[in-house]
Amino acid sequence: MNQVSPPTAEQCVDVAIDYMELDKIIEEEFGTDKENLIMILQAIQRRYNYLPQPTLKYLAEKIGVAYSQIYGVGTFYSTFSLEPKGRNIISICLGTACHVRGGERVRERIIDTLNLNGKHTTGDMRFTLEGVRCIGCCSLGPVIKVNEDVHGRIGSDEVEKVLEKYE
Amino acid sequence: MKIQSKADLEKINREYSSRLYYPDTTKVLVGMASCGIAAGGKAALEKAMQDFPGGNGVSIRQTGCLGFCEVEPLVEIAATGKPRVIYQKITEDKIGDVINSYLENNFKKTKWILGQVRDPRSVMEDHLENPLSKVEPLEKIPFLEDTPFYNNQVKIALRNCGYIDPDSIEEYIARGGYFAFLRALFDHKPEEIIQIITDSGLRGRGGGGFSAGKKWATCARHHGDRYIICNADEGDPGAYMDRSILEGDPHSVLEGMLIAAVAIGSSQGFMYVRNEYPLAVKRLVTAIKQAESYGLLGENIAGTDFSFNIKISTGAGAFVCGESTALMASLEGKVGRPRAKYVHTVEKGFRQNPSNLNNVETFANVPAIVSKGAEWYAGMGTEGSKGTKVFSLVGKITNTGLVEVPMGTTLRNIIFDIGGGVLKKKKFKAVQTGGPSGGCIPEQYLDLGVDFDELTKIGSIMGSGGMIVMDQDTCMVDIARYFLDFLEEESCGQCNPCREGIKRMLEILTAICEGNGKEGDVELLEELGDMVAKASLCGLGTSAPNPVVTTINYFRHEYDAHIKDKKCRAGVCKNLYYYEIDAEACTGCRVCARKCPQDAITGEKKEVHQLDQDLCIKCSICYEACKFNAVIIK
Repeated sequence: MNQVSPPTAEQCVDVAIDYMELDKIIEEEFGTDKENLIMILQAIQRRYNYLPQPTLKYLAEKIGVAYSQIYGVGTFYSTFSLEPKGRNIISICLGTACHVRGGERVRERIIDTLNLNGKHTTGDMRFTLEGVRCIGCCSLGPVIKVNEDVHGRIGSDEVEKVLEKYE
Repeated sequence: MKIQSKADLEKINREYSSRLYYPDTTKVLVGMASCGIAAGGKAALEKAMQDFPGGNGVSIRQTGCLGFCEVEPLVEIAATGKPRVIYQKITEDKIGDVINSYLENNFKKTKWILGQVRDPRSVMEDHLENPLSKVEPLEKIPFLEDTPFYNNQVKIALRNCGYIDPDSIEEYIARGGYFAFLRALFDHKPEEIIQIITDSGLRGRGGGGFSAGKKWATCARHHGDRYIICNADEGDPGAYMDRSILEGDPHSVLEGMLIAAVAIGSSQGFMYVRNEYPLAVKRLVTAIKQAESYGLLGENIAGTDFSFNIKISTGAGAFVCGESTALMASLEGKVGRPRAKYVHTVEKGFRQNPSNLNNVETFANVPAIVSKGAEWYAGMGTEGSKGTKVFSLVGKITNTGLVEVPMGTTLRNIIFDIGGGVLKKKKFKAVQTGGPSGGCIPEQYLDLGVDFDELTKIGSIMGSGGMIVMDQDTCMVDIARYFLDFLEEESCGQCNPCREGIKRMLEILTAICEGNGKEGDVELLEELGDMVAKASLCGLGTSAPNPVVTTINYFRHEYDAHIKDKKCRAGVCKNLYYYEIDAEACTGCRVCARKCPQDAITGEKKEVHQLDQDLCIKCSICYEACKFNAVIIK
């Protein structure tokens, strides 16, 4: 599955975890039902933008699931990230329809424009680039989604202009 | 109000059916599925609400997707005694004018109009009179049902998409909804329902194509807390029919699950929805709450001892979770790894209990079948595949969209008549069906009638119904590489043949695409593919070689060109081609030169341009931009 490297020590101490709030996220919506693990992780990621390691340890005790198993789930599913993400998330659709309409070239342009050099997130934390497999807007392909905005029929030459708008 | 009887349901049906077909205002319906929103539908809806805030005889409503994604945002305007007109590509700058022109009975701007509706009734409503039968049709405006995109379609699973507000259970009931469920609950024994579904010939629409009736019957035989699970983890890239149904008509799926629950004897259902579909989840949550408030979900439904609840779970981005055992593991909050199916999930599935899993489209068909009978459904389609199938027609196609046609419709009919042929009139090369588990079908099979068995015969599969059209600019070796890249990433990694086999195949394909292919690579791919197909644990692995095997079978010459001549004639594999400016075709318009991000193209206006190969990064911007086909692939 997706390859995620464990967060570095600095990344872990960077984020302040409000455990009262975390309790609320876990208990209010989901109870402590183990079957809700994936949805709890999604809620944590919605709050922090990624899965901070201390929250996972806390969650393990809270709902009685081994930390190793939570780590397993967190690295198995591609929507979870153990690393902090940028302020703006660019999701490039890599579905087949977008692929045959030149999605790969758009991705290359984004990588070039943002100087990503093999990383997913820009150094200034402005952008994170993620690939998604089909968001179901095939008529608009190639498609990129920046945060919640869908930009359809995007040409390689339009990438720079679209990204400019996001700070 | 809790619905206790058919009479209660009929009351709602009558009231809202008249509101639906004989509104007391001019009703503006804006297509608000994800595709419509992305194309500008939401902005158009907001603008319309601003301009017509109510009280002036105009009401603005949302609806689902009519399927013709290419011309979104679609807006339908209807008023009692007037024709129902569908307008195309209506963005926020146009919607005000469009509504005003309808109010003034001015239909002169025909380029805004897609067509007028001849008959808005669904397949469930043929006992009603056509609400438009007394309305004088517009002259010179085609009927929607006669336009090439729609005239071969038969809408059963998509019967309400684009006709009702998905957030209104009353409109669903107005179109005949929940009557089939009450009939199943009051008039039929569970065995009879199963028999109807079996006799209808309905086969699982998620891709497996297993008889839904047989599956239900087997699940009903096993003891334990039985579960009804709806697979809405639509993972095939390029397929979005389930999303469209959930966003446009969520109650049809809930009703299908309710009927299954009555038939099988279940009190708990689950919807496993793909994480990438937030709008579908939102509409489902609303739909479930509404059904609960009418007493159609919950305890003691309609005053009987039948109880049924539905819980929504969202996936977290894992293709393999579309596989039944992996999906159930994921529902349990675990890593979604499939298991061997010595014991089927209908016997021991979710929480080790009998679990009946069907796909969204399968469930959406069920109310129509129960309502109209097995014979009616079995009267459509082919010998082995009955009814209709929804396809998402995407890729290099003129009319991108969702189409529902009877099984057995030919590929040529779907692609060239409904789909309008290849985009920009380029040359058709192949159509890919069945997602990453399917294959690429070449031109020679275009007259094949599409059904489960015919597609399997030529090495592809029906899958969930994605149909990706490819043209002369698509490299078939790259497509094989693309799918294996997808599958390598999505393989759960627990069984060796799939984890290692796909990886090695991908390495070989990547080498070929990069120009490092060797003699014998194709044979090695075939050998590895055979092993992966035979030895893998689940469907992901056993079908993984399909895209490679079919492209080798039908496009061997492209592999040979990559390996022997080191040429990618489609202009996709970067190391294997270069662009050149054709001196005879170049008009010196400077469009390419202006657009080139590398300033690799030089030349004065009206003079033949030059391309500096050292600077060119093959981004294809010039190739796409040139209107004179003067940028050529070498």
